Amino acid sequence: MTARKVTRRFVAKTAAASSALVAAPFVRGAFAAGKLSIGFWDHWVPGANKAVEAASKAWAEKEKVDLSIDFITSQGNKLIITAAAESQAKSGHDILAFGSWDPARYSDQLVPVDDIMAPLIKANGEASAITQYLGKIGGKWLGVPGTPGAQFKGPCSRIDLLKEHAGIDIQALYPAGGPPKADSWTLDAFLKAAGACHKAGVPFAIGLGTTADSVDTCGAIFQSFGAAVVNAKGEITVKSDKVKQALEYWKQLVAFLPPDAPSYDDATNNRAFVAGKTALIMNPPSAWAVARRDQPKIAEQTWHHGMAAGPAGRYGPFTTPFWGIWNFSKNQPAAKSLLTALSQAPAIEEMVKASAGYDIPAFANLTTMKVWAEEGPPKGTLYHYPNPFNHQILSIAAAPAPHKIAVQIYRHGLETQMVVRYAIRGEPMDRVLGWAASELEGYMRT
Amino acid sequence: MADTALRVSAASSADKRSGLQKLMQRKSTIAFLMTLPLIVLIFTLVAYPAGYALYLAMLNKAMTKFVWFKNFDFLFSRDTFWMVVWQSCLFAISAVVFKAFIGFVVAHLVNNIPGKKQRKWRGMLLVPWVIPAAMSTLSWLWLFDSSYSAFNWLLEPLGIGPIPWLGETGWARFCVILVNVWIGAPFFMIMYLAALKSVPEQLHEAAEIDGASWWQRIWYINLPMMRNIIAITALFSTILTFANFDIVRVLTRGDPLNTTHLFATWAFRLGIESGDIPLGAAVSLFMVPILAVGATIILRDINKRGSEV
Repeated sequence: MTARKVTRRFVAKTAAASSALVAAPFVRGAFAAGKLSIGFWDHWVPGANKAVEAASKAWAEKEKVDLSIDFITSQGNKLIITAAAESQAKSGHDILAFGSWDPARYSDQLVPVDDIMAPLIKANGEASAITQYLGKIGGKWLGVPGTPGAQFKGPCSRIDLLKEHAGIDIQALYPAGGPPKADSWTLDAFLKAAGACHKAGVPFAIGLGTTADSVDTCGAIFQSFGAAVVNAKGEITVKSDKVKQALEYWKQLVAFLPPDAPSYDDATNNRAFVAGKTALIMNPPSAWAVARRDQPKIAEQTWHHGMAAGPAGRYGPFTTPFWGIWNFSKNQPAAKSLLTALSQAPAIEEMVKASAGYDIPAFANLTTMKVWAEEGPPKGTLYHYPNPFNHQILSIAAAPAPHKIAVQIYRHGLETQMVVRYAIRGEPMDRVLGWAASELEGYMRT
Repeated sequence: MADTALRVSAASSADKRSGLQKLMQRKSTIAFLMTLPLIVLIFTLVAYPAGYALYLAMLNKAMTKFVWFKNFDFLFSRDTFWMVVWQSCLFAISAVVFKAFIGFVVAHLVNNIPGKKQRKWRGMLLVPWVIPAAMSTLSWLWLFDSSYSAFNWLLEPLGIGPIPWLGETGWARFCVILVNVWIGAPFFMIMYLAALKSVPEQLHEAAEIDGASWWQRIWYINLPMMRNIIAITALFSTILTFANFDIVRVLTRGDPLNTTHLFATWAFRLGIESGDIPLGAAVSLFMVPILAVGATIILRDINKRGSEV
């Protein structure tokens, strides 16, 4: 694929074609038909790719478009590398699955998709605030929230161990089929439970590394204290009292975490859960899915539920991918048509079913599907996973900082590093905050 | 007149032909043509990417402006960068020293094994080097894993541990160096073994007759005879170890607290993961002049010794 210079005329032509798309379904014609290539994320859950593949092929068949599909794994950062390579080469797939921060990162290379999003929001409900923060850059949607891979990384607990060691009946706090009764589920209660489970030899397996699971959990707890290291205006606010409060809380919590928490990657917590060595991890249902296959007795005692509330609110870590269209794509109208087809409620429901409830659509009207109520055992374990009662504020670490700073806070795991320095290494608070401020100054270079 | 002109023209074209023939018959021309595919390959796969990396390292973060050496200037002002420099040196130097020492000892042991058995041992000892590093490192990751660590399982009955192998800076650094030594020592062993084979047996016999001890034979015969191989192997391994990526990437990803990052993994974190490609390129290029100077000195020394011989 060759690079295409974006001229005023080209933009006008694309805009005209996009307007036509909003007004009417994609019509196969000399301009719109042809080839289209798409790079989807290769799903963790076995068989989950089938739904998105089937929906894409059905669309291609109907519209007579020569569609080629690649499933690209995120193992070893292959998807991130693919995006970086295609961005540099200005060549590759027409549509690519992008990570949460990528619409901002590639903002000058992605085609705005407001024309697709407006009708989708009308039909499926508003996109969550965090999805808007990640996908709407400079007031324009630069990607369509992709259902496969969108996940809530809230607590995934052992019913029996929490009951036995911490005296918490998690199913009573988060009953299947009903709204949460979790006012008592606060960060203080979380801390007490962590202490009790640690004493019993099944500590909460929460990591403090620099990969997504660790960073997301740390970010959610920071936000629960109202602690932001950089505010929405891009000002460094790391030396605030709220950040200090969050660090003090972490210092207490770290005492109950496994000693190798700073080295955790996104699989370490899953392994601990499946091995039966922990009472709680912060994870989507992938650990439960593996336990269902390999350790059914552990799976039967698993419950997914909401995050504990802090002084500033109840924040739950959420990440969502996006499907974006490169501006060097030669068939943008067809790309938009495909993304519209993939974002219809029935297509999304099929994807959620195929992922056994792992995927969470970004749209408000699509978080109460049957699949979450029916999946098991135990039946209802996923009922509260998609946050059906908006019981918690979905969030991502480093928000609300401006994206180009936030992505670095996130990727470097700045907040987890602060916790490790203060709570494990025992560095004085002022030194930790000074170090973080210095790092943040570096992230702000242009 | 016209006839003369024709003859002059024919003569000059014949001259040209013979000139071309002469050129083609020259050894240097043939040598150049034969090496041309390699030159093209090196240019495409080495020179062009290196030049492009240099170009990238001189762009601003948004890659819209040429900023010359400002990225390097910025790096030099960052504590984390100097920590990565120190760690890379610690990792490369300690790993190369251990690989050289283990390779030297094992090469001597294997050299003393007779005939057929030696072939078997040679083959077995090469296994760590032959397995793709990313794959063997994954096995090591499982050995160090907190839930399934075989090492902790073995140490538990002795009342030791559990040790946070990858969770504490000292242990994590030890682990990445250990895995690098495990993978790289067989290369040293095989190179030293080849060098040992070329040491004339008569020298040892003569030394033995003169009453030289085992240690004296190694110190005064083997070491001087192996000096060039030791230097080249150490140089080659140092360059590769400085540029290592897969071991750290698989085992620790630079954690905890960036204390196991090397140049390559830090460049990846900055350039690919965090979206600052120019800064990532600057990190990856930092060692080039230092290694180039080191390589020149070592190679010059080897040439000097070669001409002395």
